Amino acid sequence: MTSHLLGAELLAVAAPLINPDAAVPSATGVAGFAGLLLLLPVLGGVVLLVGGRRLDRVGHIIGCATVIVAFVLGLLIFLATAAANSADRVHSLHLWSWFSSGGLNVDLALRLDPLSLTFVLLITGVGSLIHIYSIGYMSHDPDRRKFFAYLNLFVAAMLLLVLANSFISLYFGWEGVGLMSYLLIGFWSDRPAAATAAKKAFLMNRVGDVGLLLATFLMYKELGTTSYAGVFAGIGQVPPGTVTVIALLLLLGACGKSGQVPLQAWLPDAMEGPTPVSALIHAATMVTAGVYLIARSSPIYDLTPDARLVVAIIGTLTLLVGSIAGCAKDDIKKVLAYSTVSQIGYMFLAVGLGPGVYALGIVHLLTHGFFKAGLFLGAGSVMHGMNDDVDMRHFGGLARKMPITFWTIMAGYLAIIGFPYFSGYFSKDPIIEAAFSAGGARGVILGGAAVLGAGLTAFYMTRLMIMTFFGEARWKNLKSADGRDYHPHESPLVMTVPMIILAVGSVAAGALLVYGNRLVNWLSPSVGAYEEPHLPVAKIVITLGTLLAVALGVVVAYLLVGRKPVPVTRPEPVSPLVRFARADAGGNAINEALVARPGVWLGGALVFVDARGVDGAVNGLAAGLGGLSGRWRRWQNGFVRSYALSMLSGTFLVIAALLVVRFA
Amino acid sequence: MNGFPYLLILVFLPLVGAGVVAAMGKSPARVVKMTALGFSLVELVVAAALWVAYRHSETGAGGGTSLPNTTPSFTQTFSVSWIPTFGIHFSLGVDGISLVMIALIAFLVPIVLGASWEERLPQGRTIGGYFALILVMQAAMTGVFAATDVFVFYVMFEVMLIPMYFLIGAFGGVRGTYAATKFFLYSLIGGLLMLASIIALFVASGRVPSRVAAGLGGTLDWATLRSIAHEIPVSTQLWIWAGFAIAFAIKAPLVPLHTWLPDAGSEAPVGAGTLLVGVLDKVGTFGFLRICLPLLPAASTKLAWLIITLAVIGIIYGAIVAAGQSDLKRFVTYTSIAHFGFIALGIFAFTTTAISGAVLYMVNHGIATALLFLVVGMLTARGGSRNIRDYGGVWKVAPLLGGFFLIGALATIAMPGTNSFISEFMVLIGTFSRHPAWASVATVGIVLAAVYMLWIFQRTMTGPVAGAAVVDPEVDAADPFLPADGDRGGPVLTAPAHAPAAVKLRFGDLSKREIAVLTPLVVMVIFLGLYPKPVLDVINPTAARTVAQSCHLNPVPAAVGAKSGGYSSTSTITEGTCQ
Repeated sequence: MTSHLLGAELLAVAAPLINPDAAVPSATGVAGFAGLLLLLPVLGGVVLLVGGRRLDRVGHIIGCATVIVAFVLGLLIFLATAAANSADRVHSLHLWSWFSSGGLNVDLALRLDPLSLTFVLLITGVGSLIHIYSIGYMSHDPDRRKFFAYLNLFVAAMLLLVLANSFISLYFGWEGVGLMSYLLIGFWSDRPAAATAAKKAFLMNRVGDVGLLLATFLMYKELGTTSYAGVFAGIGQVPPGTVTVIALLLLLGACGKSGQVPLQAWLPDAMEGPTPVSALIHAATMVTAGVYLIARSSPIYDLTPDARLVVAIIGTLTLLVGSIAGCAKDDIKKVLAYSTVSQIGYMFLAVGLGPGVYALGIVHLLTHGFFKAGLFLGAGSVMHGMNDDVDMRHFGGLARKMPITFWTIMAGYLAIIGFPYFSGYFSKDPIIEAAFSAGGARGVILGGAAVLGAGLTAFYMTRLMIMTFFGEARWKNLKSADGRDYHPHESPLVMTVPMIILAVGSVAAGALLVYGNRLVNWLSPSVGAYEEPHLPVAKIVITLGTLLAVALGVVVAYLLVGRKPVPVTRPEPVSPLVRFARADAGGNAINEALVARPGVWLGGALVFVDARGVDGAVNGLAAGLGGLSGRWRRWQNGFVRSYALSMLSGTFLVIAALLVVRFA
Repeated sequence: MNGFPYLLILVFLPLVGAGVVAAMGKSPARVVKMTALGFSLVELVVAAALWVAYRHSETGAGGGTSLPNTTPSFTQTFSVSWIPTFGIHFSLGVDGISLVMIALIAFLVPIVLGASWEERLPQGRTIGGYFALILVMQAAMTGVFAATDVFVFYVMFEVMLIPMYFLIGAFGGVRGTYAATKFFLYSLIGGLLMLASIIALFVASGRVPSRVAAGLGGTLDWATLRSIAHEIPVSTQLWIWAGFAIAFAIKAPLVPLHTWLPDAGSEAPVGAGTLLVGVLDKVGTFGFLRICLPLLPAASTKLAWLIITLAVIGIIYGAIVAAGQSDLKRFVTYTSIAHFGFIALGIFAFTTTAISGAVLYMVNHGIATALLFLVVGMLTARGGSRNIRDYGGVWKVAPLLGGFFLIGALATIAMPGTNSFISEFMVLIGTFSRHPAWASVATVGIVLAAVYMLWIFQRTMTGPVAGAAVVDPEVDAADPFLPADGDRGGPVLTAPAHAPAAVKLRFGDLSKREIAVLTPLVVMVIFLGLYPKPVLDVINPTAARTVAQSCHLNPVPAAVGAKSGGYSSTSTITEGTCQ
């Protein structure tokens, strides 16, 4: 081997880089056991799946126990971190070296910092409550063990998503939650609607995943690393245009996971899954992962005002689209689903308004986690008592039949519409203020849309309350789809206690988290210091304006829905606006026209081309060239001899050729 | 050529096994099958020992920190003179790339034999013949990967066709003969072109200055050819390259040379089909790595755009056409065509990460596709049909079958946590650093993969129980869904005599044998998904060497390059060594 070649081979293997990861101190003490946060639910899930039917009787206990223990551990780590000096709250924990090749080194490692630990508490805390609730909700399901296995694996994947210390490990968790969401939406897999909704959710998520992957590739190309520490340390050297591209690609991923325009249509369909799934995955945790991703990538978004503006615009559009569609739905879970879409829109708006106010998005994410999970569990409790019916037109007058459910939902209702001193009031109003402080026409448009969204939220939530709990008991004269009479009843304690805890959270969380900027200051090591927005007008003006919009929404809902009997079937025809809202504000139509129909057409065309064109051409060529088809038949008759002959002639040919060459 | 002759045993032990099995003739089927399985298990042990020996020699030679250029290309070499007139030796040896492929074969063959244990064979065929042919296949495939002489490579490449030809034609489905002939014709054309290129390579090697000066003639020894690779003129390289590349592109297969695979793969009996798609096709991509890149670097560099284009087209095209299939086995072969696109893309990206990823992809795809193919085989054996429309809601009736299908599906769509994710990710990120646009288009393939896979899963596994999985509750009130008959194993293939004509076949969940066959595959899917290091440690040095041999440097990240005044991200060597 020649010497210059040696040099080349040496260079090919050498692409070592400086390692900013080493700058993050390792976790010690109780945080050193953070790996158990992941291991416990994974073990729970695997044991439940592999154990099979013999674990049917104890499955739910294993499922709950692992998540509760993880919550306790998460709490201990949180307390230890909170007790530490604020400069010493970011740690890493190396698990193992995942894969490496060339310049690419990927470790499975955890990043324990205020942002991730906040999420750990949300995931395991709300997760524990929903696990417990599911014991009752799924008590009659023959596959309850499998349900808990999936739920456990979901918790593990979600924890990996928030605890990962690199974009690749994040992607592991990101896909993991997507898979579990797929399996849980389609949990009742013999229902075609559930199977279709599950597939739709997964596919629309994957569209977003392409963005996340490409962003990761681009970071690696520019910086040679994909760890948070490495990327955030080097992102300043990347050309601004490239930074914007990275930020927009991340946004695409975030939109897919969080059901933001234009990838929002899967989330309402995801309500085909069991209601605890809707509460945990499609309200409190997974769908907020997009907000997490942007907040986590704040050092990238800090550098690109253009991408931030796009985030804010997407958020604003989504909060309007979601709340408009939510106004026209009769399915109680779909109203709540569109409400989730719209509330996450607020969070996107907040993180898009950064730097300085990323934390506001996280605050709203947490309060929303409480009140929306509570609302969904409440809706599940209503369904539980109403033969699994979800059509609010069949409800009415249920407040007295299920008082605990009613009052817990009432707490969630007051929280989400932003009634003063409930949690939504503390978390949504600062976002609206921040939107106005964006300045100029931009501030007026973003802020105005946010206020309008608040009014619409008040409308659809009031409509939900009236149709479900007040007015005439319409179910008395109806039978459910399976032909049974309705006998509404309150749910058992195992379901109502988690609901009560979440209701308390809906009432108190805002005050606890927001007073004295407690949470935003706690998050500053992760997402940068909080800056009070500079308002164009007095704060009280915006607060009062927002309250006015909310009051208007409530009153209009009362006037339209509460003062006359609710028809049991959907009124037709309706105004174009209502038709638009009923048609998911155009979401599905756009997907159909732009993706689904061309895709099906292209698929059919290519299959035809492949069979008739490519293969046909080959077969035709074979037939054409010297009547090969005749020989084809002969080969079929005596293939042994023919093959041996052709092999032999091939060998002869090579030897003959070599001889010629040798002696030529 | 010192030490224990692992490779010689690995190549010839299966041949001996095949001979023994074929000679057993009238012995009870069970004994014949156990004998074949025994041979394949011994082979697996030898392969494992080779792995250990390889790792030992690798770390031993350079004191644990050996750089790839300080060690010879191959270890565990064996060589005897074969055709002295042309300096042809029967030489074998392994590097990191061939080692993992040989290990893959040794791992898969016992599983395939186990899966074929109760194969329903066409009239007049014996299980002994079937198993013997599979062992012959194993010998030939191992030989291709172990060959270190281009002529030996060619011979093994051609010999490999014979058992597969019979497996498809004689043991296959109703259109088996058509499929086998098509397979044979494609391979024949590829083989002839390769033969022409080999002759040309021999001639060209005899005319390079260094060998002329030394009074040496042509050669087909890989290491010698490697050392003179830069001396062969580019114009000559291009022609030689074309012959090899077409042969490999047929075998791999790349669009538009792919249409033999769906026929061959779907008509072959399941076990043979698994080896065909799982291993035999990788000879094509392996050929790119073994012959094209190191021996014809200038041509490979010049024509990389062609392969990359075909690869990306294949990724998209294969996925879309897969989604449109109505035949379960054809579906699996089309998914493989998409995957071969990823492998070829990674190889011709010329970065360590992408090539390592491509090699790992070859291993991972072998495992994942084996899982998927075998599960599909178990499904179609139960339903008696390959048509997707004949199934529905199988998951409800056969939860284990559905669960294994799901894991195979997830591995196919490169879900993180499964082995395929690592390799697909490495290919894409490694390609992106040199060809961002191509890699971006290829990344769209992950959406399409989800489309075809989830759609199939929905149609066969979910929804109301329908098609072949339907059981008439009136007839079999006592045992509704036929509990898995573990000891006897295998599905019940005929409707009970008393059943009315309307009742379709009954559907059992996986038997203990089937679970035992699939479990090692699932374990590997997950183990290599979480901890691929043992395999990557073997592949990486050879991949880095191959990048250098193809005359490329790994792209340096822009930010780092700016600091160190280094190379731009697309720089290639332009010194005299590499035209």
